[in-house]
Amino acid sequence: MATSIDYPLPKPAPSPAEFSFSQALWKWVATVDAKRLGIMYTGTAFVFMLIGGCLAMVIRAQLMFPNSDVVGPDTYNRLFTMHGTTMIFFLAMPVISGLSNFLVPLMIGARDMVFPRLNAFGYWMFLCGGCLLYFSYIGGGGLGGAGSAPDAGWFAYAPLTELAYSRGPSSDYWALAIILGGFGSLATSINVIATCICARCPGMTLARMPMFVWTMLTTAWLIILAIPALTAAQFMLLLDRYLGANFFNTQNGGSAVLWQHFFWIFGHPEVYIVIFPAFATLSEVIPVFSRKPLFGKPAMVGAIVAIGFISLGVWAHHMFAVGLTPWSNTFFVASSMIIAVPTGVKIFNWTATMWGGKVRYSTAMLFCLAFLLQFLVAGLTGIMLAVAPFDWQLTDSYFVVAHFHYTLIGGTVFGVFAATYYWYPKAVGKMMSETLGKWHFWLMVIGFNLTFMPQHYLGIIGMPRRIYTYSPGRGWDLWNFWSSIGAYIQGIAVLLFVINIIKSGINGRPAGDDPWDAWTLEWSTTSPPPEYNFEKIPVVRSGRPLWDLKHPQDPDWKYE
Amino acid sequence: MAVPGSHANRIADTFNPVATPAHMEKGIAILTIAICGVIFVIVAGLIVYAFVHYRVKRDEREFEEPPQIYGSNQIELAWTVIPILIVFVLIGVSARVIRAIQAHQPAPHSDPVYATVVGHQWWWEVHYPNLGITTANEIHVPVSHDGRHATFFTLESADVDHSFWVPQLSGKTDVIPNRNNFVWMDPSKAGVYIGQCAEYCGTQHAHMGLRVVAQPLPEFRKWAAAEAKPAVEDPSVAKDKAVFDSLACINCHTVRGTIAQGTFGPDLTHLMSRQTLGAGVLSNTPQHLRDWVNDPQKYKVGCKMPDMHLDDQQLTEVVAYLETLK
Amino acid sequence: MAAGVNLLPIPPEEMERSWKLPDPGTVGIIFFIIMESALFSLFVMAYLVYAGKSLTGPYPKDILEAPILGTICLWSSSFTVWMAERALEKGRMLGFKLWWLATIILGLEFLNATGLEWYRMIYHDHLTIATNLFGTTFYSLVGLHASHVCVGMFFLLIVFIVTLMGFPIQTQARRVKFLSWYWHFVDGIWVVVFTVVYVIGK
Repeated sequence: MATSIDYPLPKPAPSPAEFSFSQALWKWVATVDAKRLGIMYTGTAFVFMLIGGCLAMVIRAQLMFPNSDVVGPDTYNRLFTMHGTTMIFFLAMPVISGLSNFLVPLMIGARDMVFPRLNAFGYWMFLCGGCLLYFSYIGGGGLGGAGSAPDAGWFAYAPLTELAYSRGPSSDYWALAIILGGFGSLATSINVIATCICARCPGMTLARMPMFVWTMLTTAWLIILAIPALTAAQFMLLLDRYLGANFFNTQNGGSAVLWQHFFWIFGHPEVYIVIFPAFATLSEVIPVFSRKPLFGKPAMVGAIVAIGFISLGVWAHHMFAVGLTPWSNTFFVASSMIIAVPTGVKIFNWTATMWGGKVRYSTAMLFCLAFLLQFLVAGLTGIMLAVAPFDWQLTDSYFVVAHFHYTLIGGTVFGVFAATYYWYPKAVGKMMSETLGKWHFWLMVIGFNLTFMPQHYLGIIGMPRRIYTYSPGRGWDLWNFWSSIGAYIQGIAVLLFVINIIKSGINGRPAGDDPWDAWTLEWSTTSPPPEYNFEKIPVVRSGRPLWDLKHPQDPDWKYE
Repeated sequence: MAVPGSHANRIADTFNPVATPAHMEKGIAILTIAICGVIFVIVAGLIVYAFVHYRVKRDEREFEEPPQIYGSNQIELAWTVIPILIVFVLIGVSARVIRAIQAHQPAPHSDPVYATVVGHQWWWEVHYPNLGITTANEIHVPVSHDGRHATFFTLESADVDHSFWVPQLSGKTDVIPNRNNFVWMDPSKAGVYIGQCAEYCGTQHAHMGLRVVAQPLPEFRKWAAAEAKPAVEDPSVAKDKAVFDSLACINCHTVRGTIAQGTFGPDLTHLMSRQTLGAGVLSNTPQHLRDWVNDPQKYKVGCKMPDMHLDDQQLTEVVAYLETLK
Repeated sequence: MAAGVNLLPIPPEEMERSWKLPDPGTVGIIFFIIMESALFSLFVMAYLVYAGKSLTGPYPKDILEAPILGTICLWSSSFTVWMAERALEKGRMLGFKLWWLATIILGLEFLNATGLEWYRMIYHDHLTIATNLFGTTFYSLVGLHASHVCVGMFFLLIVFIVTLMGFPIQTQARRVKFLSWYWHFVDGIWVVVFTVVYVIGK
């Protein structure tokens, strides 16, 4: 660890009364405490990440060599469908809920979320959704035949999901599991919005809310608008499948394109929704490890809100190839390009935050650096994809696969790793191992880039996505081989991460209240925080209350 | 098995275009990549510089905080306006290329070829309505000069979404049920160009291959004339033909001029003029044809053509007949 | 450190006293309604996209009749629920019960009208959800709205029954207010559904 600030050790936490295992379990199962729910969301999300990661390992094993038959086409199609569905709906979405539940009340000086029971309800619905999704491997077609797991891809283009082409319950599992999972996100979103509006501590004006909270607030707003759209589309799909309705039944006049519109009206806000927790994390971690306040915070807030609004009007850039009119294609090129501007503003501001600071190389900060560079790549390939004529070549090829893994792994997952290294001491009260952390970081960076950089080129030389095998001699062999090697390096890195979490939880160094010498309110309480968060509700006068406290001669509020 | 078919250009490189749409797409791609490359170098350079140059040095006193800078409106304005300008350039260029490709119409007296491509799970049906040809998985087009003899396609789907993609000739256009989409190409060089379905369409999405055979105009005309004829009647295989006609093959396949009039599977009238079997799974050799007819599920698991359980005798007869369909 | 933030150099006591924030329930119900609106908007979009696209009959112009009476009932129930809420605020329990009952009756009449309309369409005109695109979009949009009316009706009845049983409903005035907002929302959505289905769609 780079910082060697000799902070006073905290008072030993009040020793908990002796609990039997069942009592301890009950304490978790019956909890309505946002922090516990936050940890449960995040923990469950990590479990799904491991499961989804295992699926990815099999996918890469199958694609490592041409004409390989590790798995057959049906199994492969289920693998990538389940991988995508898991990673989006049961990793990225619950991580948002996890981070906001744990941190938003702490950061704005509240005792809890304002609707704690709704919160618990959301978590259990989400968990049911996840279990239902994986029950599809056991139920329906049965264990031996690999069950009837969904196999229509994570965006499940109709009419492939209609009864005529998807017999058996696989698409029902897909729709129902995601509808259930959506409850978790919706419950959290209503909670975050109401908590931010109604439960801020005295002095915590909207302008003083930490950037993390602002980002989560925008995320919640987008979820409120986007998830119901998906739910509505899935209701229509289920009506088609169960009552014989014709929404997407192309044999009776239904439109396959309408499903695409409906899915991406949800789907494009969704991709910003899942990158926002990483944005939120960077906006806290980079300032603290650069020892400077976030550069241009009003611009950052403006940018995130702008992204939140523009992202509602860019969805059809997923559909350039469906033959929309030249005018609508041009419109969606323009809106997709415009959204790059506020995104760029964010990257510039993070860089400017480091500029002139004193950067400390903790693991969390390293992940932030990798995020910046990788997300820059993702953003620029995003611009390439927004150029519709170029997109006609790139869409549905491995270039797209590379692009969105750069945003979702290089962006979201790296951001979540940074968040874990940064807030784990607060949640558990112990420091994570920096040595293991550095190993994790370097293996992850090498593995990730080795996996996905070659896939850009694979797309350019004509490899479509979602093919279960390919012939040799098309120029794809070598790149696929290295891509698979990279995937296994990532697998090892993630295992190190898991080991680090468990090992540090058992024998990590005690963290103290404020191991990073940070400035937001969560670091003013004990680690882990008590159930009521703060002994006394804090009163703040600036966006960095702990800076004011530590520098009484030069407090922030003088400059507001 | 390597890529089936002999002289196909095996690497479907989008940056090696041979038709106008793909050329235009490559042009705008190079422009975009250049702009993005410059941006990457500058921004990544700044990020790495800030990260390395402003690191905490060993001899520095740890407790001294750096100057607290909260932001600067001028700088914010600068890095908002400059990207907007760049973005507007890209929007303008895109708009032009979009129109040039999507709104392209055949010039008068340019003698275009019209074709209809119908996507099926998991093969392509190809019609030339003006030439009276029906074939599958291989599209013959004339080489085009100065915009003459370009080929204009109408894309339809018989079942689910597919996408028509021949990287060296043109970008993707989705093939969607209940909807007609359009794509055109004007290959400037003779050759065989590989493409395949690019929108996930079910079990055998990976084996929905497509090849475009660009030929000089006279050769194309010759091919079209031969293809428009009904199936060759070869008296030496009359017995084999009778076997074929007695089997369930004819429920799904058409052999023009015979009683085989099924439309569910590919048209077999001139099967032997094609280079591959099963939408690009096997190259079209007598042995492969026999293997394929014997058990298609072995080479293309889940495809709609069942294993017909023919005995050796029938198999030999059916293949003997099929081999005459030149 | 745990209580450290309260040691701020200038803890402005007056600020703490004047620190007023909105009621969480109000914010919660508003965003719940926004969420519901997003759900409805997709069904409305589907209706508009498919209007006039049915491949086979029956078509809306042949069999659709605007349910004028039900509509008037539903919209006037917005007024009665508002009167009930006002009566509750002022503590006039009898007024509350009567206005509340009126709301329930008007709501039931709306559901009755919808039920009869559906009965006629299904058994007389042979239009089901599977018949054509009109049937699909009509039954799902109107049905989605009707299911919301049913949910509202369920809660209206609960409030009415517990009040009759002697529960001091005035202690729950805030929740009654939220229920009435939900009811207004359901009525407001009917304006959209009515316009789309019976005016534009016809």
